Amino acid sequence: MADASTPRPGAPWALSAPALLLFVGVLLVPLALTAVLSFNVFDGMRGIQPGFSLTNYAQVLTDGYYHDIFIRTGLMSLGVTALCVLFGVPETLILAHMRAPWSGLFLVVILGPLLISVVVRTLGWSVLLGNQGLINNALQGIGITHEPIRFLFSMLGVVIALTHVLLPFMIIAVWSALQKLDPQVEHAGRSLGASSITSFLRVVFPQLLPGVLSGSIIVFALSASAFATPSIIGGRRVKVVATATYDEFLNSMNWPLGATIAILLLLANIVIIVGCNRLIERRFKQVFAA
Amino acid sequence: MKGETGKNGWLALLYHTCFVGFIIAPLMIVVLVSFTDKNYISLPFDGASWRWFRAILDAPEIISAFWLSTWLAFGSATIAAVLAVPSAIAIARYRFPGRETLTAILMSPLMIPHIVLGVAFLRFFTLAGLSGSFFALTLTHAVIVIPYALRLTLAGLIGMDREVEMAAASLGAARLTTFRRVLLPLIMPGVAGGWMLAFIQSFDEVTMTIFVATPGTTTLPVAMYDRIAQQTDPLIAAVSSVLIFGTLILMILLDRTVGLDRVLTGKK
Repeated sequence: MADASTPRPGAPWALSAPALLLFVGVLLVPLALTAVLSFNVFDGMRGIQPGFSLTNYAQVLTDGYYHDIFIRTGLMSLGVTALCVLFGVPETLILAHMRAPWSGLFLVVILGPLLISVVVRTLGWSVLLGNQGLINNALQGIGITHEPIRFLFSMLGVVIALTHVLLPFMIIAVWSALQKLDPQVEHAGRSLGASSITSFLRVVFPQLLPGVLSGSIIVFALSASAFATPSIIGGRRVKVVATATYDEFLNSMNWPLGATIAILLLLANIVIIVGCNRLIERRFKQVFAA
Repeated sequence: MKGETGKNGWLALLYHTCFVGFIIAPLMIVVLVSFTDKNYISLPFDGASWRWFRAILDAPEIISAFWLSTWLAFGSATIAAVLAVPSAIAIARYRFPGRETLTAILMSPLMIPHIVLGVAFLRFFTLAGLSGSFFALTLTHAVIVIPYALRLTLAGLIGMDREVEMAAASLGAARLTTFRRVLLPLIMPGVAGGWMLAFIQSFDEVTMTIFVATPGTTTLPVAMYDRIAQQTDPLIAAVSSVLIFGTLILMILLDRTVGLDRVLTGKK
């Protein structure tokens, strides 16, 4: 232990000082400026007025227009999270049951799209989901529907595309939980006479739950703040928090109001992530301890 | 649960096939429609052609955005990697009060929505007179991608054998020499992997950058977003195909240096 022999209490801070300096200058200061901006007032004629006022917060928290945007965003994120659990958990279990080269290969195929630009993935969905797109042609071809289903510029299309974009995060979380799981436990359950369904529900699933929950937090938080996909697939018809913030900043030019929405989104994000992590740790302490 | 066979029934394999189809369908379709010989996106089309790939070369705004994104990603990934190495050493090698907090701070950009960062950087750039500054944009990207560089560097440090380092030190090598000649070469795969992951994340970033991009600092994803917001034409599909192909090459490189499953699942 070269370091322990000559203990210098300041060393770790000195080593991380360059990174911390960058964080203060290029992260903390801009965020603080945004918080200040959210208390300023916007005047259509004179622009941003300095001073402290809660006008913007009052407006966002009382105006039904903004309520709708926040509720729409929340419901969309819940839907996406539910679909990611519904489709992601079984797929991760199937992956875990595959033979060695196949599980690794398909894991890469399924998680690889994370590294491809979200604009590209969304473009793919906008091509697939169009009125003359492959999906509508197929649905009409086999006679499920006679009129093309409106996917583009609808919540349905946004949820489908976002589920595709965020599914890998659910798979990662459940996969990590599975790696910690001892296969012997499942065998023990079965050797003691439990059917495979019982052993799954009573033995495997409870141990997966922390993974499913942390995956759900990530998926929910990311879909609540998603911008590119709701913007391209949903357009102006499906306004969510991120696209509303964008519009306030670059179309209405009401920066203080945009900053207020952004700060509220950040706070909601922190509350959800920190709160749920606490809950998981408390609720599942026994599971991890055991 | 690995290494077992025959546990997936045919129903599970059918589900798996549909799932993989769902995952790769939008990427396949983009590549497919970029080979159209028509003026618009349509499937099926009659003749395949390279015309839209050639058309990229005649679109100066796409070409310049591509180079800007490349240099931006190169610069920010390099800054991130250079800052991540000493920070990772501090976190992996020292036990000190505030260690958890330090890690949490350096990882915090992952928790902040990019739309919020976009708003914050736009305000910051405007007040500081940095609008349109490539260097300032590079620093903001560096902050965003530091967590990725840090994670893989940390994994490399934690996974390595400390005996070698101690041997070098006990043989009288100076701290800096030990670092340069022993530690750095050993953790290089992790640093290189972190650099590549940071490069990809910076290159792909769109939500934050769209707020601060000026005509002179329009990145490729922002240029593509702007174009798609107007119309989706085969040209943008061709650009996307090139990006998919480029990402595949980087994925192979990442797999060679640190192992792709490790990068993707965050496994130590």
